[in-house]
Parts: sequence; structure tokens; C-alpha cells
Amino acid sequence: MTPPGLWLDGSARFGDSALFGPLSFRAEAGCWTVLLGPSGVGKTTILRLFAGLSRAEVSGGFGASDGQPLAGRVALMAQTDLLLPWATALDNICLGARLRGERADPARALRLLAEVGLAGMERRKPGQLSGGQRQRLALARTLMEDRPVVLLDEPFSALDARTRSEMQALAARLLTGRTVLMVSHDAAEAARLGQRILILTRAGLAEAAAPEGPPPRDATAPALLQAQAGLLARLLAA
Amino acid sequence: MTRAAPPLIAALLLWQLLVQLTGVPRFLLPAPSEIGAALWQNRAMLAAHGLVTFAEMLAALICGAALGVLLGLWLAWSETALRLVRPVLVFSQTVPIFTLAPLLTLWLGYGFGSKLATGVLVVFFPVASAFLDALLRTPAELLDLAKVMGARRGRLLWLIRLPAARPGLASGLRLAAVYAPIGAVLGEWVGASRGLGYLMLLANGSAKTPLMFAALVVLSALTFGLTRATGLLAARLERV
Repeated sequence: MTPPGLWLDGSARFGDSALFGPLSFRAEAGCWTVLLGPSGVGKTTILRLFAGLSRAEVSGGFGASDGQPLAGRVALMAQTDLLLPWATALDNICLGARLRGERADPARALRLLAEVGLAGMERRKPGQLSGGQRQRLALARTLMEDRPVVLLDEPFSALDARTRSEMQALAARLLTGRTVLMVSHDAAEAARLGQRILILTRAGLAEAAAPEGPPPRDATAPALLQAQAGLLARLLAA
Repeated sequence: MTRAAPPLIAALLLWQLLVQLTGVPRFLLPAPSEIGAALWQNRAMLAAHGLVTFAEMLAALICGAALGVLLGLWLAWSETALRLVRPVLVFSQTVPIFTLAPLLTLWLGYGFGSKLATGVLVVFFPVASAFLDALLRTPAELLDLAKVMGARRGRLLWLIRLPAARPGLASGLRLAAVYAPIGAVLGEWVGASRGLGYLMLLANGSAKTPLMFAALVVLSALTFGLTRATGLLAARLERV
């Protein structure tokens, strides 16, 4: 499974309304890219285009760097956990396989459950889990899909600071090697996780230097806080 | 149930008192004591007719609910069916069932069949309508996730849309349980030789008003039982 990179060129419009201006977007293969920006600039549209969920037209096209279709090679993790409240943790993890009419591998599901720190909780329903545990379960469901490209739509923004920090570290560890595109409006998150950081504002797309070291970086290190401040300054200036 | 008892007893006492004080003729308004007496004296007959009506309403509820569920699933499954059949379904409700009942009796006879048909006609719509609405209201984010996962249409309906629509089905069933007795009695009024509706018409025609009220009491009790049982089932459906 060699993950492909992602590319998008041009501007997007849906019917008569323009969604974002002309830009040239690249996400490198096997690399964690953070698309940072304020609300309403089209970050989520870009993500939804790659997920095959947007019917917006892109003037210059978009797709995978290897030229193959993206459908079936993408996993999505959204802002809310999107767990089925009536299904057990195990059934939730195996949702993708069940929806495709395939046989899910329960041993692998249990291993992933243990990896995200939910060992022994496979019979629980989402209502019996805390907010952090539910987001762990959503991460396990994303990993269970085993797709080379993973799209993250602000998945940790609704969590408290401590849980968010734990989830970021866990996701960074478990998603290594895949092409990850994370949409975020949080400069701290971008500084902590991004191997490449792209800032999208109304003015267009610009690349910011990512901090040194592999993600997840220490969120309390002064160098990281400085990088975060730099990103924030650029967000505010735009 | 126990909380409803004191006001109910108070109302009955007041009724009894009013009838005795005003001396209103018993064929106009019998006292509760006379209705009670009619209930006891005619218990065998009331039980026999009650059983007929109960079988009709139960069958109508089961068949009508099944029809409603199938219709809901079909229209949720097929966009073409949704576009073509849904307007017909809504339009069908502009025809009062009361006007159809004589026709159904003409076609299906005076027996069980015509009562079942009237009952089903009354019951299926609230079930189909509430269930379909719920099936069409699956959260968009869940549908997006399923799409990215490459879900098959049938599996999506079975694993996500149907379970997510259970509360809608539950409210449809609750309504249906209230409507089913109306359908059955409606059928009996138009033409029958058995059942509580038939007995009420007969008692009314021969000025046996206490018996008519007694039949009404039995009908209310049966309806109460049916709605309670359905309510328990609906609560199970709503439980996550």
C-alpha cells in the first residue's frame, strides 16, 4: 500500500456561487498535511472534494498523484464521532465492512480497539463511553478501514484540552505512513501535527514552515509555542 | 393508571348524582349504576361481540402496520417510487375512509374481511408516513461517512437508515393503535352481524341505551389495552 499524494488546481464553484479562488494545492504522499484557516474559506470543501462528497466543479481538476481514482482509498474522520448509538463498539468499528457486505475481521478490530486504549470495551455502546473514548472509537473505525489516504475534518475540536492532546498524539502515532489531510482552525494543532502546514485564507493558499521534529511534537515546548504564535499571526494578518 | 382512578371515580359519582337529581330518562342518559348492571347482565354477549371486534382491530393493526412498514421501506429504497407513489399516498388520504366503508362491505361481504380492510386503510397511513419521514431524515453526516466507506444501498438502509428511523416508526405505531379500533367499528357500523359496533347500533335502535353504553365501555377497555400494549412495543423500539 503506497499512499498517493493529493493535488488540486484552480478555483471551485457550485452553480453560481464561488467556493474558493484559484489555488494550487499539493499534499505529499505519506505525509501529514494540515490545512489551516478560518471558517468559511473553503477548507472543508477541499476535504469533501477528495472524499467524493462535494459536487462542486474545480476548474483545473483534482485527484490523486498516481492518477488512480480516489474512491475506495479514502477514510474520513469528522468533527463529531458519527458512532451508531444502537450498535456496540465492535459493530461500530466494523461498520465499513458491514456496509460493503464484506466480512469484518473481528481479531483485527479487537487489536485496534486495544491500540486506541479501549481494550475490553467492545460490548459497550457509545452512550456508555466518555467523549474522549467515543473519539478514540471513531479513530479505531477510521484505522479499521485501512485506507492509504485519511481525511480529518477537525476531529478533535470538540474535545477538552487534555483529551484533545492525547487524541492528537494517538492519531499521529497510528496514522504514520499514510497521506493525511487534516483541516483545522487551530494554530496549536497545526504546529503540533503538521509535517506540512498550508494556510488558506480569502487571499489564497500559502505554505508556512512546519516546526522541527516529527509529530506529535511536545505541545508545551517553547519552540512549538513560538511556531504556534507565528501561525496565529499569519492567520490574523490575512 | 392508578393516578387516573380518583378523578374517574369522582366523575362517575357526579354523573350518578346528576342523573338521580334531574330524573333524566334512562334511554337518554343512563346512570353509571345502570350501565354497570347492563354490563353484568349482558356479560356473555358483550364478551362474544367484544372478542370479534378485538380480533378485527388487532388484525387491522398488525396488517396495517406491516403494510405501512413495507411502504415506508419501499419508498425509502427507491427514489422513483418515492416520486411516483408518495403523492398518491398523500392524495389517498383526502378520501374519507367512511365513504369507502360501504364499498368495501359490498366487495368483501359482511364478515371479517371488510372490517379488516377498513381497519388497514385507517392504520397503514400514519405508520407509513411517520416511518418514511424518519427514513428520509437520516443525518447527512452519517450518509456522507457511509458513502466514503463505499456502502451498498441495501446495507445502508438496513444498518443505518432503518435503525435511525425507529423512533419515527414508534410514533407511527402509537397513532395506529388509536386508529385501529376506529377502523374496525366503522366497518361494523356500515354492515355487520357481529361485533361491538353492530351491538351498539342494535342497542341504540331498540332504545337499550344502558347496553349501548356498556358496549362503549368494553370498546374503550379494549382500545386502552391495545394502545398500552403497542406503547410498550413502541418504547422498546425507541430504546437505544
